[in-house]
Amino acid sequence: MTTDVSRDAPQSVPALLARNVARFPDKPAFREKEFGIWQSWTWAETEKEIDAFALGLLTLGASEGDHIAIVGRNRPALYWAMVAAQKVGCIPVPLYQDAAAEEIAYALNHCGARYAVVGDQEQVDKIADVRADVEALEHVIYLDGRGLRKYDHSHMTSYAEIAAKGGDRAEMERRTNALTYDHTSVMLYTSGTTGRPKGVVLSNRNVIETAKNSSQFDHLLPEDEVLAYLPMAWVGDFIFSVGQAMWTGFCVNCPESEHTMLTDLREIGPTYFFAPPRVFENQLTSVMIRMEDAGRFKKWLFDHFMNVARRVGPAMLDGKPVSFGDKLSYAIGNTLVYGPLKNTLGLSRIRIGYTAGEAIGPEIFDFYRALGINLKQLYGQTEATVYITQQPDGEVRSDTVGVPSPGVELRIADNGEVFYRSPGVFVEYYKNPESTASTKDAEGWVATGDAGFIEESTGHLRIIDRAKDVGKMADGSLFAPKYVENKLKFYPNILEAVVFGADRDRCCAFINIDLTAVGNWAERNNIAYSSYQELSQHPRVLEMIDGHVAEVNASVAQDEMLAGCQIHRFLVLHKELDADDGEMTRTRKVRRAVVGEKFDDLVTALYSDVSEIYTETEVTYEDGRKGKIKATLNIRDAIVAPTMKVAAE
Amino acid sequence: MKDMLTPYVTDDGRQIGETLMDMRNITLRFGGVEAIKDISFNIQEGEIRAIIGPNGAGKSSMLNVISGFYNPQEGEVWFRGKKRPPMKPFQVARLGIARTFQNIALFEGMSVLDNVMTGRLNHMNASMFSQALWKGRAEREETENREAVERVIDFLEIQAIRKTPVGRLPYGLKKRVELARALAAEPKLLLLDEPMAGMNVEEKEDMSRFILDVNDEFGTTIALIEHDMGVVMDLSDRVIVMDYGRKIGDGTPHEVRNNQEVIDAYLGVSHD
Repeated sequence: MTTDVSRDAPQSVPALLARNVARFPDKPAFREKEFGIWQSWTWAETEKEIDAFALGLLTLGASEGDHIAIVGRNRPALYWAMVAAQKVGCIPVPLYQDAAAEEIAYALNHCGARYAVVGDQEQVDKIADVRADVEALEHVIYLDGRGLRKYDHSHMTSYAEIAAKGGDRAEMERRTNALTYDHTSVMLYTSGTTGRPKGVVLSNRNVIETAKNSSQFDHLLPEDEVLAYLPMAWVGDFIFSVGQAMWTGFCVNCPESEHTMLTDLREIGPTYFFAPPRVFENQLTSVMIRMEDAGRFKKWLFDHFMNVARRVGPAMLDGKPVSFGDKLSYAIGNTLVYGPLKNTLGLSRIRIGYTAGEAIGPEIFDFYRALGINLKQLYGQTEATVYITQQPDGEVRSDTVGVPSPGVELRIADNGEVFYRSPGVFVEYYKNPESTASTKDAEGWVATGDAGFIEESTGHLRIIDRAKDVGKMADGSLFAPKYVENKLKFYPNILEAVVFGADRDRCCAFINIDLTAVGNWAERNNIAYSSYQELSQHPRVLEMIDGHVAEVNASVAQDEMLAGCQIHRFLVLHKELDADDGEMTRTRKVRRAVVGEKFDDLVTALYSDVSEIYTETEVTYEDGRKGKIKATLNIRDAIVAPTMKVAAE
Repeated sequence: MKDMLTPYVTDDGRQIGETLMDMRNITLRFGGVEAIKDISFNIQEGEIRAIIGPNGAGKSSMLNVISGFYNPQEGEVWFRGKKRPPMKPFQVARLGIARTFQNIALFEGMSVLDNVMTGRLNHMNASMFSQALWKGRAEREETENREAVERVIDFLEIQAIRKTPVGRLPYGLKKRVELARALAAEPKLLLLDEPMAGMNVEEKEDMSRFILDVNDEFGTTIALIEHDMGVVMDLSDRVIVMDYGRKIGDGTPHEVRNNQEVIDAYLGVSHD
């Protein structure tokens, strides 16, 4: 993993800052909406602000190697605080602003932070709650002083006051110049869904090489604009709003508050945009609801041109040939529908959009691409400094996560787990050599924990499931329940699905209907029902689900690796899977083992040939009382599509 | 009981100053009904003063006397060391007293921003001519006033609804917009008529925090009427308890809570 760095190339984020100030001193670097107006700071002004705070930190007593926690919503001053920390040889540690006090205490203790720079009273209160347990913490610096007038200020100062202190400029410059590619740039805590959060140490090499490679991959320009609204503690935000912004010199825009994000998005009209699937889903839903209320002509216009867009848009985006008539229709649609719609969504100017984090529904993905928005997928994690794979322009599909990012090598282990090696591979987990060793081997290969495979024809990576959930069926073929469940869940009528099949000869599934969607459908179709249970077993509902399962089977059958995962029999559950009953986690992830055990009788029935089963289930009501619900469930045989292998024979 | 007429320092270290408003022997009648019977009390600079009492006790009438909406038949109102002659509400507003209403009184069709702007009316002096031409003073004033309004919007965290017509807002937010409009006037004395009526617990907590922050940050003196006893006891420095138009208690929340007459009025005893 040697990288040729010429002696003049910037070796740290502060060095990139200095380079940008020399290159374009008067270009906006940061904007923030405050008091109803977008305030902006040029690169030259940004450097002044950062220097002022860095000098203040020196005067406060910051030593090289100290950790400085940063907690708050995306604001320019907090980004400056991170770079200022780097300038005086300290390590910024951004933490999730919505983390509970104990979680913040854990991180502060773990990294031994001497200082914390926080947004407002809420964060100050949280730290005050745990102050007794956090011995190393000496001083809290806050941005917004509202409500803090009465607080004891012996260990607390406002950001402005620190920035006004001044300090030893020569010492600051000495420390900045001493920074190399091997110095730690930032430390980020993983979310810690399993066990304690781990502090991922990223070096300047990780950050700058990744920023450079990814900026070149997508041809990012100094004229680009981003909206910084995702948590500062997340590696993606650090790379987009600090790494890439510093590398290419584009402008980072901070919203006025958490609640104004959509308005601010519209006002800024970013050219480079990142959002988890949830954001795109919510936007699409609100558009659809508003169109339902629109007049008949407008509704017709929308439906008509969206059909044109779905047919023509993605092809045009990929630069494929399109007939003249289609081009004309699309142009008219663009004037009447797509343009105004994109403008309303704040997506008019997007050149590159990314989604990642979880699977995105194909119809959501296609909707945005049909509008001419270059939405792509990437696959990454903190330990890789974000990028593992990403989709190049013109090769975008909803079912892959793209080709390896520049500089990334991929390897698929025998059990299907994806391994990678790149200049972005993290240095270590802070104070946790065991975890470091079990994640990263001596040659620098890192285990992702995800199972997947590389499509031979295109070289794209496809992620199928968490590696620990992937199993084998009785005949030895690959069993990836989540892959099939996700396909099912993309139907609005299906809320949850649980697929069984490990060590069995075929797959079967439990399905939960979505009461809102199916209830709505029932109302429109004059289907009367008195309870969730009754609706779930209604013959027409079962027919509808039959159709969905058949479509999913047909799509699974297309896949040479996973064709064995087609659903042979299924039933629609009489109750929603619920965290109160232990069937799901609080973050709404199905607990497969618990569900399998609890509904043991139903699983047995699925693998027999009965067409009905009577069952009793214990449920917990919201007030903690327990009750039993009894139901007779229908078991349906699904239509199984011929697999390619069979078809070929 | 603490001497109420001298400046004092609260438990949490806020300085309470001289008497801002002094109500002396106020009696208010509507025909034969005596809504307020010979009540005297004062409001000191920087404090949060609550008026509580059962329904029909005369709380809102009292607030209306302070705001100049009603003129009492007997008694004197002293404001900042001067006796206040009978006045129209707009004249009282010019003295630096702003209020919110029990039933929200906003311009439903106007945006939040425009509604809050109306609170700045007393800070606009440009002539009609200058305003029509949008030159000189009018233009400068609009900028200054907009800035003041934006500070209030930021303070009350209503940026996200700045451009939303008030009619589309839920109740809790309308209440906050009303507070914003009153605050925009930069009042010396802020009157809040049941600021938390009809709110859920979370909205009440938000509102309480905003009231405390307003008092803390701007040093605004606040007089409020509230039904929710928990809220009153947490928020206020001193409390007046009214029942059937009479004042039956006056003091710190602790003193009032232990006052037998107050306990009777709230828990209920038979009246002859």
